[in-house]
Amino acid sequence: MKHRTFFWFIFPSALAMILFIALPVVSVFIQSLHVEHEQVLRTVENCGPFGCEEETIVDREATRELREAQPLGRFAGFSNYTDRNHLAIEEIRSMWERSDSFADFTRRAMTLPFWRAMAFTLTFTFVVTPLVLILGLAIALGVNSLPRIYRGPTIFVSLLPMIVTPLIGSLVLYWMVDSRGVLGSFLQTIANDPELSLRASPTLTWIMLIVYGVWSSAPFAFIVFYAGLQTVPEEPLEAAMIDGANRWQRVRYVVIPHLMPLAIFITLMQLMDNFRVFEPIVGFQAQASATSLSFNIFNYLRGDAAQFGAAATTSMLTILGVVVLLTPVLIRTWRDFNRKRH
Amino acid sequence: MAAKQRRSPLLVTVSTGLVLLWIVVASFPFLWTLWGSFKVQADFFSLADWRNALRGTFTTVQTGSAFTGQGYYGAWVQEEFWRAAMNTFIVVFCVVIISLTFGTLGGYALARSGFRYTFWLLMIALVFRAMPHITLVSGYLLPFFQWNVWGHLPTAIIVLVAINQPFTLWMLHSFFLNIPKDLDESAMVDGCTRFQAFRHVIVPVMWPGVITTGLFSFLLAYNDFAVTAMLLSQQNQTMIPKIASFLGSTQVEGNVMFAVAAVVSATAPLFVLILFFQRQIVSGLTAGAVKG
Repeated sequence: MKHRTFFWFIFPSALAMILFIALPVVSVFIQSLHVEHEQVLRTVENCGPFGCEEETIVDREATRELREAQPLGRFAGFSNYTDRNHLAIEEIRSMWERSDSFADFTRRAMTLPFWRAMAFTLTFTFVVTPLVLILGLAIALGVNSLPRIYRGPTIFVSLLPMIVTPLIGSLVLYWMVDSRGVLGSFLQTIANDPELSLRASPTLTWIMLIVYGVWSSAPFAFIVFYAGLQTVPEEPLEAAMIDGANRWQRVRYVVIPHLMPLAIFITLMQLMDNFRVFEPIVGFQAQASATSLSFNIFNYLRGDAAQFGAAATTSMLTILGVVVLLTPVLIRTWRDFNRKRH
Repeated sequence: MAAKQRRSPLLVTVSTGLVLLWIVVASFPFLWTLWGSFKVQADFFSLADWRNALRGTFTTVQTGSAFTGQGYYGAWVQEEFWRAAMNTFIVVFCVVIISLTFGTLGGYALARSGFRYTFWLLMIALVFRAMPHITLVSGYLLPFFQWNVWGHLPTAIIVLVAINQPFTLWMLHSFFLNIPKDLDESAMVDGCTRFQAFRHVIVPVMWPGVITTGLFSFLLAYNDFAVTAMLLSQQNQTMIPKIASFLGSTQVEGNVMFAVAAVVSATAPLFVLILFFQRQIVSGLTAGAVKG
């Protein structure tokens, strides 16, 4: 295809992506270098019957005008990145010096908004992803050995948790595990503790969010693995059987190597999707015990006093995280691409 | 196959049991919520006994029958959920149509051009695909306030189209790779321009792939919360942000049932979608995987 034709074909799509994905990233970067204007203070003299005294008041009019004239705020360089709400370098250092043990340090560091969100986001990503792979494979193997007529309905039911809107899915689970919901009261009976509430305990909240993550993503892994199982070649399986391999050994040495490329694909998709975990925290109303990077951005932006600078800084750091996460994949694809060309 | 006949009964029991357990785990929450949406709050969130939700004790006391449509009436009529549903319909319809138009053109070009820059474009699209949507939203807000385009449906539509493009491009690109090159090239030998070849030869055979991709564009637009919650004004709200806003006003007894009814209403279209397009959804999920 000629360069010219290519250009016109790709133009609408590329324009949309440049205007609404690439430029916003630039805009985010510029915003992250600014902070909101402070309130304009004015000194006035109050004279009463007992003499005059000076008083500092907030000049609302001037503050509003200044903020309207320069909505970006004032230039602050990289100070947003190092402040307490983000990388918090100073705070981390002093905490490190003052803590007597690593656990103590972790406990202190969990009070910093960015690191708190980072800890949950990474835990969520790296716990949910392997669990999804294992559960998906187990279901796929199970469904694959079902009689054919039951497979369709099983796939139908399995698609529900994945396809449903994340916010709706998390609400549906949340209402059930609520201390007044059906699972919540069931757990109270099992634990014999009428006060038990998943929301009150940070650990249980984290587990609940992870359970939601696995519940909503396992169908994806299941479907992909199930499709892969349909294409497992017969000969190696039969050869393994003749050599005396039992069922487990056949799965381990023939089926799993065949599914490996699919597992890599699922891992890539899951890492990308889990890293932006956001809706479950809104749905489960879990912000007291768990926040994620995306949730922090959302939190800075909503309300009347939106903190654009803080939101933009967290966004930049999140994008950086995405790039780090994707680098191995990009390098691998680049090698594959070059190998195919030569 | 010989292996199938020689499986031990224990293994069959374990694997069937696992599948049954999964079916319950996957479907029970939805069935329970559907059932509960016809009850009053005192039953669905029962302090005393969870069996109240099954028997509908308080529902009978308060309304005279074991099932009530109060939640639905409150959500759809009182809180004007129909307005949100209409907005969702407009947004989703436009997003699907526009992103498929852009995507087919772009995906076709990427599949037919062998130059090195197609690889880079696809890689950039992959990075864009991985970006959390909320990070982009934080970049939109200030400029949109400045240009006075914040809060309108067209703004949300074009933003969702753009966010959707990376995925659409990847999917349609791999789909067009499967359509033999000879088809459009022979048309060009016969004197068609590239666009005419695309229009008369490729368009008639591309519908299976376009429908599959369209389903996923639909899901992205329908399920979106981050963009629509932040970029739409109160009266232009779509369903998902509207449901989230119900949650803020749950102090009044019974209001949480509005949210439950709205959740069930918003799930219904997705249910119908799987019912009719299960095969396409499954093939779409695996399409990317097979290509690697």
